[in-house]
Amino acid sequence: MNIRSQVSMVFHLDKCIGCHTCSIACKNVWTDRKGAEYMWWNNVETKPGTGYPTKWEDQDQYHGGWEKKGDRPINIRSTGKARVVPNIFHNPYMPSMDDYYEPWTYDYQNLFNAKEGADQPIAKPISMITGEDIKVEAGPNWDDDLGGSPIYAANDPNLEGLTEEQRLQLSSVERLVFFYLPRICNHCLNPCCVASCPSGALYKRGEDGIVLIDQKRCRAWRSCVAACPYKKTYFNWFTGKSEKCILCYPRLETGQAPACFHSCVGRIRYLGVLLYDADRIEEVANLPDDQLVEGQRSLILNPFDPEIIRKAQSAGIPDGVIESAQRSPVYKFVMEWKLALPPHIEYRTLPMLFYVPPMSPVMADVNGDLANHAMDGLFHSIDAARVPMQYLANLLGAGNEGAVRYALGKQLAVRWHRRAETVGDIDRATADRYLREANCTIEEADEIYRLTSLCTFEDRFVIPPMYREQAIEMIREPHEQKAETGFGFVGGPRRGL
Amino acid sequence: MNQHFFDQFLFIALPYVCLFTFFLMTIYRYRVQSFSYSSLSSQFLENKNHFWAVVPFHYGILTVIVGHLIAFSIPRSLLAWNSVPWRLYVLEVTALAFGILTLIGLVGVIVRRATSTKVRKVTTVVDWVLFGMLLVQVVTGVSQALLYPWGSAWFATSLTPYLWSILKLSPDISYLAAMPWLIKLHIVLAFLIIGFFPFTRLVHVLVVPNPYLWRKPQVVRWYRRGVKKG
Repeated sequence: MNIRSQVSMVFHLDKCIGCHTCSIACKNVWTDRKGAEYMWWNNVETKPGTGYPTKWEDQDQYHGGWEKKGDRPINIRSTGKARVVPNIFHNPYMPSMDDYYEPWTYDYQNLFNAKEGADQPIAKPISMITGEDIKVEAGPNWDDDLGGSPIYAANDPNLEGLTEEQRLQLSSVERLVFFYLPRICNHCLNPCCVASCPSGALYKRGEDGIVLIDQKRCRAWRSCVAACPYKKTYFNWFTGKSEKCILCYPRLETGQAPACFHSCVGRIRYLGVLLYDADRIEEVANLPDDQLVEGQRSLILNPFDPEIIRKAQSAGIPDGVIESAQRSPVYKFVMEWKLALPPHIEYRTLPMLFYVPPMSPVMADVNGDLANHAMDGLFHSIDAARVPMQYLANLLGAGNEGAVRYALGKQLAVRWHRRAETVGDIDRATADRYLREANCTIEEADEIYRLTSLCTFEDRFVIPPMYREQAIEMIREPHEQKAETGFGFVGGPRRGL
Repeated sequence: MNQHFFDQFLFIALPYVCLFTFFLMTIYRYRVQSFSYSSLSSQFLENKNHFWAVVPFHYGILTVIVGHLIAFSIPRSLLAWNSVPWRLYVLEVTALAFGILTLIGLVGVIVRRATSTKVRKVTTVVDWVLFGMLLVQVVTGVSQALLYPWGSAWFATSLTPYLWSILKLSPDISYLAAMPWLIKLHIVLAFLIIGFFPFTRLVHVLVVPNPYLWRKPQVVRWYRRGVKKG
């Protein structure tokens, strides 16, 4: 057993209001630069929808992630070892800017400088790459809130396996439904981007599992962009280097939540440490599709088990991190309650960002002008939900409904229980029946309710101590470090010479 | 008299200046500006013509350079190979074919950079100068293959000794005296490109990713170095 710690995340989709505050916070801090204008390390997509870059989930087009053929060990689907050398001059699966969008701004000067004429001057859109006029035909949220859904939502790869009737219902006006999927780098346990980098520029930090790109070693071979199935590594067209979400590690190291977490209006984001067994990553990544969700959970270790604690200590994990793992909200959501699920685990990168599947809208039984609450239940059965179970299963369960059904059932049970507690128009027996069916106790339901609805900053973000001050002493002379105010010699990212 | 000094400048002084610049500046740049070592790929900005320009160019130029290196490093073996006529023909035709492939690719690269407005934005003056030099170099190279055939033979007997004499620090340009101006131009430009190399995007050649094929797929870096290895 090789115990490591990983800063992991949970996004509670039932709480996301799609305000894009996270995207803006991230953009302002990290990617508001030349070459990075088109990058959204954090983006929020409307589902069903094609997302950003367009149809990123369609791996027949992008060839991202790991592929498993028969009994052979998994291999990188884009350019593995055998294929990287002949394809190094031209990556066959490299997305181009057209797959994202061409960033643009507006020619505001024209409002002031335009010659006097019969018409009001306008600020024309201009490309941020070429500076020339541009006809804006795509953007990072082009299909936001189902805009243009006959074109975009209808092409969502997650609709696979849905019946024609279900597809029609999804887009019919009366039953229209959508939810939001905020996405950042998943900081995977088996990252395809890292494994694909010919230069070895990408790496996973041993202490906290954050996946980073060494900007000085990146040589723009572009393999990571093609290999990441979530398309969360981006190519900076100006500096000629790839970039990605860094989980705001400078903020984490000073005890602050990442910018997107910190700014989240819906408070959907949770962050905490998980302990896992690194020796079994390869074994789990090779499991059949239907065992991947359970397999990944089996990697995550119980931080309360004295045996695990002892082994973690001998593996060099500081007591502060272990203590942090015991308070981790992610451990509760993923392991204790099994509410949070990894996105598209069939890509086999073992993402360490988990999503709580969203409940579809609560509906009253409408009969003519009367809204009747005395239907079979106050809440819809999860099978009658507007978002078909199969859709969520494609997104969060590698196509299998079991884990998604469990997570939705438990959320529903919590609602019944809390309704019985707070409003009291439901008898206790009904609530208890739902709890029993969902494999949930009253204590657990209350705890889920508290961490979902009443959670404070400290509940949501249990940031482990990173001990960077000690780490620095091992690799640098402290006086030198101090003289450089901790930054080292900083050179701006210049393109070429 | 003037011709003599001119030759000495072009074939003795210039090569040493260029080689010195090459070694000094590539090392200096790697140490001080390692961030700038990048292939500066533009595939992201233009992905339709990229394949048809970049791939022929790279496969062509790599084969041609390997050919030059063979003639430089093992001239005797090369001459032995050429002693049978059909083997000489195979070598010459292959060399010419890859030379033409390089030329097609290079023209493609230049046309692509000139026509795509996005790619033009990431093309510098240095890039254009480099493309110009490479174009002249490839054109003179292909022309030689056509005008002065059996280059694989005379390179090994005349140019290899000259190049070795440069390397051994006892330059001897008597081998070059009788060379046509086309070949002399090719030689001079070759040294100029070597000297210009550290100031251009060509440095990506030096950071080709060889350890990749042998390393473990996943890379883990520990700050607690010495305590534990990933």
